[in-house]
Amino acid sequence: MALTKTAAAPARRRRRGERGPLAALGLHTGLLTATAVALFPPLWLLVTSFKPKSESFTTALVRHFTLDNYTHVVADTYFLTWLGNSLLVVVGTTLIGVFVAATAGYALSRFRFPGMRPLMWVLLITQMFPMAVLIVPLYNTMASLGLLNQPVGLIVTYLTVAVPFCAWMMKGFFDTVPVDIDESGRVDGLTPFGTFWRLVLPLARPGLAVTGFYTFVTAWAEVAYATAFMTGEENLTLAGGLQTFVNRYGSDWGSMTAAAVIVAVPAAVVFGFAQRHLVAGLTAGATKS
Amino acid sequence: MAVETTRRAATADAGGGDSGAARAGGRGTGNETGRTGGSESASSGTGGRGGAVAGLRRAAQVHWYAWAMVAPVVAVIATIVGYPLLRGVWLSLTDADEANVERVIGVNHLPATYRFTGLDNYEAILGDSVFWDRLGWTVVWTVGCVGVTFLLGLTLAVMLNRQVRGRSFYRIGMIVPWGIPAFVSVFAWKMLFNEKNGLLNKVLDGGGIEAVPWLGDPVWAKVAVIAVNVWLGVPFMIVAMLGALQGIPGELYEAAEMDGAGPWQRFRNITLPGVRSVSSTVVLLSTIWTFNMFPVIYLLTRGGPEDSTEILVTYAFRLSFINSPRDYATSAAWGVLILVLLSLFTVVYRRTLRRQGEVW
Repeated sequence: MALTKTAAAPARRRRRGERGPLAALGLHTGLLTATAVALFPPLWLLVTSFKPKSESFTTALVRHFTLDNYTHVVADTYFLTWLGNSLLVVVGTTLIGVFVAATAGYALSRFRFPGMRPLMWVLLITQMFPMAVLIVPLYNTMASLGLLNQPVGLIVTYLTVAVPFCAWMMKGFFDTVPVDIDESGRVDGLTPFGTFWRLVLPLARPGLAVTGFYTFVTAWAEVAYATAFMTGEENLTLAGGLQTFVNRYGSDWGSMTAAAVIVAVPAAVVFGFAQRHLVAGLTAGATKS
Repeated sequence: MAVETTRRAATADAGGGDSGAARAGGRGTGNETGRTGGSESASSGTGGRGGAVAGLRRAAQVHWYAWAMVAPVVAVIATIVGYPLLRGVWLSLTDADEANVERVIGVNHLPATYRFTGLDNYEAILGDSVFWDRLGWTVVWTVGCVGVTFLLGLTLAVMLNRQVRGRSFYRIGMIVPWGIPAFVSVFAWKMLFNEKNGLLNKVLDGGGIEAVPWLGDPVWAKVAVIAVNVWLGVPFMIVAMLGALQGIPGELYEAAEMDGAGPWQRFRNITLPGVRSVSSTVVLLSTIWTFNMFPVIYLLTRGGPEDSTEILVTYAFRLSFINSPRDYATSAAWGVLILVLLSLFTVVYRRTLRRQGEVW
């Protein structure tokens, strides 16, 4: 069957993986379009940030290049305060979140202990908790503890979002580290903690990078809690602060775009570095879960 | 498949099953010992017919490392998920609002005065058309977003998985939206969607098409929020599907080609089954994420015009943080209902997958 087919095929058959010019054109058109659509909105934000306020909405590229928007945002608004608040919250969440997730992920990957199955279930279920369930009780609790408008309140809150997913992801990572390594550590007289800390954790560094990055991004970009828990201009984080530029009462698109660029660039740079690991990590986590 | 290996590793590494060590001791075998913590269970396993107390003590001896390592996670989850959850359920059964919860005004500390009202809130919500309207739109929103995102992601991943010049450029370009905080991207889109001056309408105008009230008309606003969410979600989908595609052995395609299978047949019979385990997970995850997607709708339209784009989550948020007076009890009840819906969905989804022979 296969033989006759091959014999009957026309002589100038293409090699495997080769494409006709039309197919190649279609492929490149499709990929180019998708890339353009992906890149355009952020690029346009960048372009607009260099225009004077009066020209925010012109279709032309920059005609009168200016950094006014940037100087205005940095000098005359609370932007730097928001940035500081955001950084404080994000770094706190990332450090605590990654540590907690790593130890739990290791235990889940290496030991079989009573209570493990329920714990895995809880971690999985917690991931789908809508913030709508937790936000009111958390808000009331924070209010009675005096933690509203405090970075600590947000750090604690963001752990609910980050920890379950990260623990799950770290388990996937530790599963890829061969058990032989633990064994050799034990043979050399290390305790389970020692094995974890000195041998396995360094090997799972890509995993730590991914979970750290994930936590960072989650906290950096969270809107709902940040809007509800932080009030008063000087207490806002970036997610809340940027909203004040464009709200019901007026829109200052110039400042908004400049602030947005300052927020987006570091995130994009960190993402660029983490991206490769992130891809490996997420797919590992996805197939493992 | 991956599940299989994990499970085998698990058995090898800890001595058989969840409560393996304890059970092995009870049966007095003791040769079913694991590598981790092996020596302890070996020594006590042989002589261990000592009853429940001894069993417990031995379990603590064997497992205390594991328990110590998961303790932080348990503590975190118990205090900031477990407790608020219980409190949320409790609040949903009361008439708590801004005026009667415990609060501090200046130096005065006012105790809570809200009362238990039973299922009144739920009755009111389920008897009102608002909930069902919002639920209907939330389902449309979720199915629309996840469906389109998945199709686009899979298509683009298949295209990227081929030998094509400039592949890494395309790949990085398409992943960019993922690296930018969602709220920044949403603001960028809000600017493009601006009815009077936005770029989209200006371009349409240049083509002789009348301006579209992107965010001002209920139908267009729905289109707009879905479009933005798809734009935000596709990068993740591409990456996940690329990973899945790269896991399919190339020999399968060669063999199929030898047998004379066309491109479409190869796609249907090799690619689709090959990406199934990843895509079922990814679809479940993105369904849950989309169902709960707050920033896109809140920042782009604030749920408007006239509630038309308000999904369940944004509506619950509005009840407790935007409307005045803040209605904590009703909002909590909405939250609980959302959780119930999501749990039901997950259970049904998993059961369907299992019936189709997917181990997940």
